[in-house]
Amino acid sequence: MSDPTTHAASGAGAADADLTRLTAVEMADRLAAGALTSVELTQAHLDRIERIDPTLNAFLLVDAEGALATAREVDAARAAGEQLPRLAGVPVAVKDIACTQGLTTTAGSRMLEDFVPPYDATVVARIRQARMPILGKTNMDEFAMGSSTEHSAFGPTRNPWDLDRIPGGSGGGSSAAVAAYLAPLAIGSDTGGSIRQPAAVTGTVGTKPTYGAVSRYGIIALASSLDQIGPCARTVADAALLHEVIAGHDPMDSTSVDAPVPDVVGAAGTTDLSGLRVGVVREISGSDQGFQPGVQARFDEALDALRDLGAEITEVSCPHFAYAMAAYYLILPSEASSNLARYDAMRYGRRVTPDGSPSAEQVMGASRDAGFGDEVKRRIILGTYALSSGYYDAYYGQAQKVRTLIARDFEAAFEQVDVLVSPTAPTTAFRIGDKTEDPMAMYLNDIATIPANLAGVPGMSVPSGTADEDGLPAGLQILAPAMQDQRLYAVGAALEARLRERQGGYVIEQAPEIEVRA
Amino acid sequence: MSNLSREDVAHVAMLARIQLEDAELDRLAAQLDQIVDWVGQVGEVASADVPPMSHPMPLANVTRPDEVRDSLTVEQALANAPQAQDDRFAVPRILDEE
Amino acid sequence: MSTRTSAGPDRTVPYDDLLTRYEPVLGLEVHVELGTATKMFCGCATGFGAEPNTQTCPVCLGLPGALPVVNRTAVESAIRIGLALNCGIAEWCRFARKNYFYPDMPKNFQTSQYDEPIAVDGWLDVEVPPREGVDEEPFTYRVEIERAHMEEDTGKSTHVGGSTGRIHGASHSLVDYNRAGIPLIEIVTKPLTGAGERAPEVARAYVGALRDLLRALDVSDVKMEQGSLRCDANVSLMPTGAERFGTRTETKNVNSLRSVERAVRYEMTRHAAVLDAGESILQETRHWHEDTGITTSGRPKSDADDYRYFPEPDLVPVAPTREDVERLRATLPENPAERRRRLQEEWGYSDLEMRDVVNAGAVEVIEATVAVGASPAAARKWWMGELARRAKTAGEDGSAVGLLDLGVTPAHVAELDDLVTSGRLNDSMARQTLDGVLAGEGSPTEVADARGLELVQDDGALQAAVDEVLAENPDVVEKIRGGKVQAVGALIGQVMKKMRGQADAGRARQLILDTLGVQG
Ligand SMILES: [Zn+2]
Repeated sequence: MSDPTTHAASGAGAADADLTRLTAVEMADRLAAGALTSVELTQAHLDRIERIDPTLNAFLLVDAEGALATAREVDAARAAGEQLPRLAGVPVAVKDIACTQGLTTTAGSRMLEDFVPPYDATVVARIRQARMPILGKTNMDEFAMGSSTEHSAFGPTRNPWDLDRIPGGSGGGSSAAVAAYLAPLAIGSDTGGSIRQPAAVTGTVGTKPTYGAVSRYGIIALASSLDQIGPCARTVADAALLHEVIAGHDPMDSTSVDAPVPDVVGAAGTTDLSGLRVGVVREISGSDQGFQPGVQARFDEALDALRDLGAEITEVSCPHFAYAMAAYYLILPSEASSNLARYDAMRYGRRVTPDGSPSAEQVMGASRDAGFGDEVKRRIILGTYALSSGYYDAYYGQAQKVRTLIARDFEAAFEQVDVLVSPTAPTTAFRIGDKTEDPMAMYLNDIATIPANLAGVPGMSVPSGTADEDGLPAGLQILAPAMQDQRLYAVGAALEARLRERQGGYVIEQAPEIEVRA
Repeated sequence: MSNLSREDVAHVAMLARIQLEDAELDRLAAQLDQIVDWVGQVGEVASADVPPMSHPMPLANVTRPDEVRDSLTVEQALANAPQAQDDRFAVPRILDEE
Repeated sequence: MSTRTSAGPDRTVPYDDLLTRYEPVLGLEVHVELGTATKMFCGCATGFGAEPNTQTCPVCLGLPGALPVVNRTAVESAIRIGLALNCGIAEWCRFARKNYFYPDMPKNFQTSQYDEPIAVDGWLDVEVPPREGVDEEPFTYRVEIERAHMEEDTGKSTHVGGSTGRIHGASHSLVDYNRAGIPLIEIVTKPLTGAGERAPEVARAYVGALRDLLRALDVSDVKMEQGSLRCDANVSLMPTGAERFGTRTETKNVNSLRSVERAVRYEMTRHAAVLDAGESILQETRHWHEDTGITTSGRPKSDADDYRYFPEPDLVPVAPTREDVERLRATLPENPAERRRRLQEEWGYSDLEMRDVVNAGAVEVIEATVAVGASPAAARKWWMGELARRAKTAGEDGSAVGLLDLGVTPAHVAELDDLVTSGRLNDSMARQTLDGVLAGEGSPTEVADARGLELVQDDGALQAAVDEVLAENPDVVEKIRGGKVQAVGALIGQVMKKMRGQADAGRARQLILDTLGVQG
């Protein structure tokens, strides 16, 4: 930690800020050119985390020592002339849902506050292979259940654009860290929008790849048939680089797709969308569907930009999307109720022992009551109910049929168009505390993102600008057919470039400097 | 009409091994009743001839060869145990069954 | 949560008595631990008796984030078992989660198969032997198989602080997860009806036949005492002539063939007593106690048994192609019962001889001995006679060992037999040779050479001894000449003594008779 070279290199605050404001592509280029060391770059981020994060609470754990150790190894390897992966030396933050060997992994839950995994998630192993220093673990809604990061057992993360607002969820920590220049890149997980919705409300980019494109091994499961891991970044090209690192077949995940990774990095260089057919999904856009006027206005302007780029815009209908939320709030809790059964404080986890001489059963009951927050309990009970004898057909079984109908809606839509678009979230970031007492209102944040998880198709959120009424960022969601993730990057990159021209810079550059709170 | 009574919630919580306190039970029961009512709309749309979809990817026969891989050491296995004894996980007394 | 009936023996009625009024219906669920190198869903080793928690990993400990991957060999074993039980093999089936909380189950759900098992609708013909002391023919009962499905085993709990190491009264438990995740195949019969008074024997014969079949398939070591084959017996009684089955109980912990028969018989007598009293059977789990020969009440079925099955989302379907199934069918061994019938015919053994051979577990070793040249009769004579006798006390401190653990190979036995039939050794010399083989002195020929064991082939020496003995025993010679040919036995003994045993007794007899000019 107090390595003198590191200390000397870290320099003054202004210099840190400069380094942290580079894109990941620029960082990688400068590192490769020898114009920058990974230790300098990593230390700059650690310094900024130390200064800013007490205010934001984006990180649950910072591993300065581990990150700098990797940075030093990369610098030494580069000095020795070794061929290194593209992102070697570029630091990354990891959502606390991914197991990291030897580093506490909590999933935002009191239940796992002391859990230290004896193994790495495959995604983490790939990051290590790519020789990227891991800065730490980011905050999240407990077990990824939520859309605001307010359900973290370790306190909410604040939105860098407005500290009284939520950064989205469940991956609010990762998106806030990226938006606040605490990390150039971060890993997220998306079960119903947990990468895309935080990206939208923090003015960053987030991708949910095709289901099965990125290994789930070592990712603390929420809903196995919906969960997918993906990159968070400030630019589309940066996201593509991280996507390429983490994607690919993994024999440890039976649901991992054994197919070549699409060329997302190449696609992120796209500047022209001539002939591309873009469908606007009627059911998940428009002020009449409850989308905030400023969010809708930026979306409409983005459609103009796409037209400028040569795309044909048409409206398509996905009639069963209206039932997506209901199906999702049956499938997710059902799978989650089973996935979270293992947290019983017998083998690991926080054990609460009631007075007297309690049985294992009583200790489990008390530990689960104390270890889980309200939202987790709500969903476990809902899912247990939906699977229970006599209700399965009406709830879980019926939800699986709706899922079929939604997948068919996508199939029909993708016969007409190459990609679908919508606003990512209905509103900009709301105020912390506004929806915590009303679970149903909270659920509606994910109305536009959930269908992609149900059908397994890939989706991305790119910033569309800031809403006039509150000056907060909004996102545009791009959806593509399964295994066509590169289309997201092509459309996202071209749109990002055009909006940058129109708006005079990246949306994230409009974010105010964070006022550190005591 | 109530879909989910307080007793139902208590029963389901028992199945899920969550020992809810009374106040929690009251609060959750009210919220869950509303949520169950809302998710019930899945019954409005899909007919009997729609096949259920349990998985987004149509994969089959994903298996591994029967080859031994390294296990954890006993120290690693027990490292997170709330309580251990004689290289085993120590758990409170188990009711009823053998 | 549950009610435990107070201790004390249950009422029963005499077995023969109940059969006049009730018809038993049985259902047997057998769990087989497969002998795969690794577990069902992870690469941990499966060896029995390893140090606690040394064969675990994130998957089988149910750590956060871990995911299962199906063991290909386990699926193939399941299909082979299904085929051997004449089942249909599903073209497409899935795993499901069976959700319930229990400390020895790491994920608090068991990954199993529910409504889509890999094998369905088969049968197994079992031969029920005659009852002891009853002069009757064995009969064959066809056990209908409902399904065979794949699942995983649980960990093992040791209960601490209770007086007997049992769960009741224990202060806490210690869990070893080495066994958690070992592949299991559960084989479930359809209701066994119509067996009447022979029902307990049918149950035993079925489990025995299944064990033989699984052993022949080489998919499991099927050791009931180590728990790699476990049987749960469902028993119910219905009044004779009734059509609706009665309420059943499920008896667990039945871990020997003898126990299967005894436990079924006991439950029948207990049910009858309850029903005779006009009470009803409580649907519950019962525990079998080998030592006392009774069952005790376990846990009643309750609302808590809501397993909330749903398709396992972390696994994809198993869809064996018809080519795969046919390839596996080609690997099936001969059905053990048919094989036994075939061998009995080939070897020319009587029913009794064959049954003894089967019961002694000597079928394979005799087959191997015949295969290397011994006659079936000689192979049986050696293995069931001299060698079986020695095996009874060949262990440390005089305990019994298996025939194969004696240190004598089928090739040794065939060679030994050849030495006898060729006339080099007599029986007593053969036994001495065997001593040498057992002592590790080498093959029978090597031992016989080293110990100088060889019948004297030279008639000259033998004739001289015969002449001497005849001269020394004029009275016996007189008797033989007088027609008492059986008196020659006494002379043969003396001749053999003079020859120090190194002679063929048959030849000695011949020479004596020839010398005396008497017809044998
Ligand atoms: Zn394992």
